Amino acid sequence: MKWKNLIKVAFKSIVKNKMRTLLTMLGIIIGVAAVIVMVAIGKGAEKRIQDQISSMGTNLITIFPGSMQSRGVHMGPDQGVQLTLDDVERIRRNATLALAVSPMVRSGAQIIGGSGNWSTSVWGVSEQYLEIRDWPLSAGEFFSNTDVRAQNKVCVVGQTIVKNLFANEDPVGQQLRVRNVPFKIIGVLKEKGQGAFGQDQDDLLIAPYSTVLYRLSGVSGHEHIHQILVRAASLGQMEQAQAELTSIMREAHRIPEGADDDFTVRNQTDIAATAQETSNVLTMLLASIASISLLVGGIGIMNIMLVSVTERTHEIGIRMAIGARGRDILVQFLIEAVVLSLSGGLIGVLIGFLATWIVNLATDWNTVIAPLNVLLSFGFAGAVGIFFGYYPARKAAALNPIEALRYE
Amino acid sequence: MNGPQHVIRTERIGKIYDSGEVQVEALKEIDLRIEPGEMVAIMGASGSGKSTMLNILGCLDQPTSGDYYLDGIHANELDRDQLADIRNRKIGFVFQGFNLLSRTTAFENVELPLLYSRRPEDGDPAAATRRALERVGLAERMHHFPNQLSGGQQQRVAIARALVNQPAIVLADEPTGNLDTRTSIEIMATFQELNRQGITLILVTHEHDIADYCKRIIEFRDGRIIRDLAVAGRRDAGADLGTGRWPAGGLGERP
Repeated sequence: MKWKNLIKVAFKSIVKNKMRTLLTMLGIIIGVAAVIVMVAIGKGAEKRIQDQISSMGTNLITIFPGSMQSRGVHMGPDQGVQLTLDDVERIRRNATLALAVSPMVRSGAQIIGGSGNWSTSVWGVSEQYLEIRDWPLSAGEFFSNTDVRAQNKVCVVGQTIVKNLFANEDPVGQQLRVRNVPFKIIGVLKEKGQGAFGQDQDDLLIAPYSTVLYRLSGVSGHEHIHQILVRAASLGQMEQAQAELTSIMREAHRIPEGADDDFTVRNQTDIAATAQETSNVLTMLLASIASISLLVGGIGIMNIMLVSVTERTHEIGIRMAIGARGRDILVQFLIEAVVLSLSGGLIGVLIGFLATWIVNLATDWNTVIAPLNVLLSFGFAGAVGIFFGYYPARKAAALNPIEALRYE
Repeated sequence: MNGPQHVIRTERIGKIYDSGEVQVEALKEIDLRIEPGEMVAIMGASGSGKSTMLNILGCLDQPTSGDYYLDGIHANELDRDQLADIRNRKIGFVFQGFNLLSRTTAFENVELPLLYSRRPEDGDPAAATRRALERVGLAERMHHFPNQLSGGQQQRVAIARALVNQPAIVLADEPTGNLDTRTSIEIMATFQELNRQGITLILVTHEHDIADYCKRIIEFRDGRIIRDLAVAGRRDAGADLGTGRWPAGGLGERP
């Protein structure tokens, strides 16, 4: 029989029992819609994490002090060789693929100023830090190379500090005491929001690393710095830049050929990949839960197809008597099952879109509809139809024509 | 021996239904020959074997012994698919209950055998369908659904469906069993007209008055043919309809 006629016959039988058809399709509809919504939510979370990671600076390379081996025993990063300002200077002079370089000295401190006091993070960095992080100022200006060399007591503050200490006044130009050392606020950072791991990225004070190292007592008395941040010339040259930095660092630390690095060079892509993997697992989990309902929908189709075959035994007998082969009957019922599941899939896609849109409106979750996933779940619905429709269709095709004709 | 002179030739065919311990011999060594252009009535009480015979002749069932040649084809060597093709090409079925597909127009019902046909050389299926409907006088009603047609019209649709593939033989199983007397005679008039045009017909019936419209009557009892006679005073259904002379009590079994 021709496809056109087969599909016509399938539609005729589907339209005949509207209520039953709808209830049968419901399983597939819910399944497909659930897959689409769940994947959209999962992908949304994924995208959110990616955005936050790239908001840390896209072609950022970070050098951490590595763990060091002493007589076969690995020691913690702080126990081994530290990064020094000499390393920073060597990178600044020798790294051809580095656009900007900054050391990072971190410390926590109590600050007093404006309307009260506040406990915050104090970061010591170079004048190129904002360029490395792609982080604009909302007011004032950043400190300069002169400030760094002169160890000037100037700083820029994040929005959280502004909110807590300078709610009613312009913070630029104000004085601030960090561990009793007076600092002048020369700029305010633009709001960055929550970080990928839930931390407040705006609760910080940034000052020249030299000032933090030498003027703030209590911060490491010698030149220990926690990280070196480097902005590579371009995203495409990340790997070359990383290799270049590694060789400069090995030379600076006089590491012999064949020995392990005593530092770690990592770029955002590595971190992003890890985060991506985590959120991928989440998406997979959500999708597989939703797929179960799709499977249950398939069983519903099988159930109703078996009923349909029994109901239409006489019709099958007539068709066989006038020359339908077993294969013709098989294909007829298979197409009916597939039309049923694909129609359900189509409605499911529409409802999935609608539900995703509602989720977007009602909650602050991000949702991303991936076209490939929509196509995939639609295709999966069709596959479910073929899989669960095959047994009933096979049963119909194997009927004995005489018995089928006699069946009333 | 399987020359074209016989549309149907059976050689000692038997059929045994084996349901575990009980064996029922439904047909016993039947030899039957039917030539093109015949119009044969098969009669017999229920359980006489006539339905089994019709199923075998219609390639719906196969004999357990003996040989069956249909239009020169050795039919009991065929598999399921080949039997389906034979039913499609060589045989037209007409049933007591019409057996039309509901929610399917007369046109689509008649077209159905063509859709299952695997002969690419067939011409335009729509034209063939219209021709078949015209032959039974239903050209104006081809787009009606079965439930919009009278019993006689439904049976005519079934006859058109049986004819559409130009079969070697038309098998009718109690074709007038569900119809009133006048309509029954109308259907017999249609059959007689088709037979005059050269169609070979085999009817199963238990009504002698219906059998009298045929040319030959074969009577079954206990799985054997007990009588095989030409009809002496053959009736003309067209003439009967014209005169309105038919048994007042309907076409019942003769005492």
